[in-house]
Amino acid sequence: MFETALTFQDMMFLAQGAVQTLLVTAIAVVLGTALGIIFGVFRFQVGPWWAAPLTFVLDVFRSIPLLIQLVLANAFLGMVLKLKLSGFTVACGVLTLYTAAYCAEIVRGAIGAVPSTTRRAARSLGMSWRQDMAYIVLPLATRVALPSWIGLALGVMKDSALVYIVQVTELLKSTQILITRLQEPLLLLIICGAFYFVISFPIARFGGYLEKRWSND
Amino acid sequence: MIEIENVRKSFGPLEVLKGIDLTVKKGEVLTIIGGSGSGKSTLLTCINGLEPIDSGRIRVDGTEVHARGTDLNKLRRKLGIVFQQWNAFPHLTVIENVMLAPRKVLGIGKAEAAAIAEKQLSHVGLGDKLDVYPSRLSGGQQQRMAIARALAMSPGYMLFDEVTSALDPQLVGEVLDTLRMLASEGMTMICVTHEMKFAREVSDRVAFFSKGVMAEIGTPQQIFDAPLNAETAAFVKLTQD
Repeated sequence: MFETALTFQDMMFLAQGAVQTLLVTAIAVVLGTALGIIFGVFRFQVGPWWAAPLTFVLDVFRSIPLLIQLVLANAFLGMVLKLKLSGFTVACGVLTLYTAAYCAEIVRGAIGAVPSTTRRAARSLGMSWRQDMAYIVLPLATRVALPSWIGLALGVMKDSALVYIVQVTELLKSTQILITRLQEPLLLLIICGAFYFVISFPIARFGGYLEKRWSND
Repeated sequence: MIEIENVRKSFGPLEVLKGIDLTVKKGEVLTIIGGSGSGKSTLLTCINGLEPIDSGRIRVDGTEVHARGTDLNKLRRKLGIVFQQWNAFPHLTVIENVMLAPRKVLGIGKAEAAAIAEKQLSHVGLGDKLDVYPSRLSGGQQQRMAIARALAMSPGYMLFDEVTSALDPQLVGEVLDTLRMLASEGMTMICVTHEMKFAREVSDRVAFFSKGVMAEIGTPQQIFDAPLNAETAAFVKLTQD
């Protein structure tokens, strides 16, 4: 406990933080993307006028700094609604909506990038709206959306460092705890950065691989 | 039989179809000629219900296209349409482009759909391009693929909307040859075209559209050699020089 050198236990402590980071990120990206697709399709389908209320809400989540969103959401849920939620749940909830807000924009843009003439050709073959969406729009829009979406996922992972404010000890918070004890900020931050890199790099490479694979058609 | 009765259609303040009456019988080849903005392409997209109409009636084999309750997805199986822009599905290979609608819309099994697609693609001369992506094809080849894709649904009617207008001049011939072949096989066709020589050769009847009105309709001989309408005469003279 009063060691001043980096021990195996310390590395395990950091790894636990990394697991928290990964968990929060994975939940937020998966749920946020699902919601973002629904919101994005809705916005595209009903047009700007009918989507205005939703657009406004999403804009709120996009324009207020995440740190403030987390603090306010935590206070609102706990003190106003008197809900006993763990910091982890609050963190996942806020980060999910934050991800969804950005993802909705990506999805809307990607659907808009599918030429209307291509969609018309699909409909003229007797395909329903649903079939056109599933077999034409989805695959084509995915290709357009992928680079932005990878960027969003990586961004959310790094932004997830802010959930320490609702008492989730993720990777960066774990690092700070160790810095306080060991007084080795540079070494520990390098290790922490390396952790983030190890998580991000495969995702970025996987995105690059998909882009390359799809570019031949 | 396609029956068009007093069809009117406006885009905002612009009336593009001002009461069209026209009947196309099974097995007939009708070409529609006319200047741009005469409403000829709009009429085609109205026939398969891609565009609503303001008044009048269009019936395909007795089914009213714009009636409430008409299943347009079902109706469109009968009406193949090919557009000026060929609109390949770029994420699918040539054979997958052609197989998609038979599989998903008609519910045909994979092997059978592949057989249909192969047959139609060979028919339009693309039998050796089955597994390439459309981006590797020339414009003329992509347009022939679009024709095969429509034919794979075994439509009763084929609508062609200026299918050669976006092609390089040297690629027009191969697509027109495909249309000639279909016409000679007895396919019922409505072709909107600017290819006057083609129209004269393949048509049973030629309709001349001007400013949203069908100014004249008749045999190719009548329209091209002895038009009754002064506007038709002027248009034909202009396009044959």
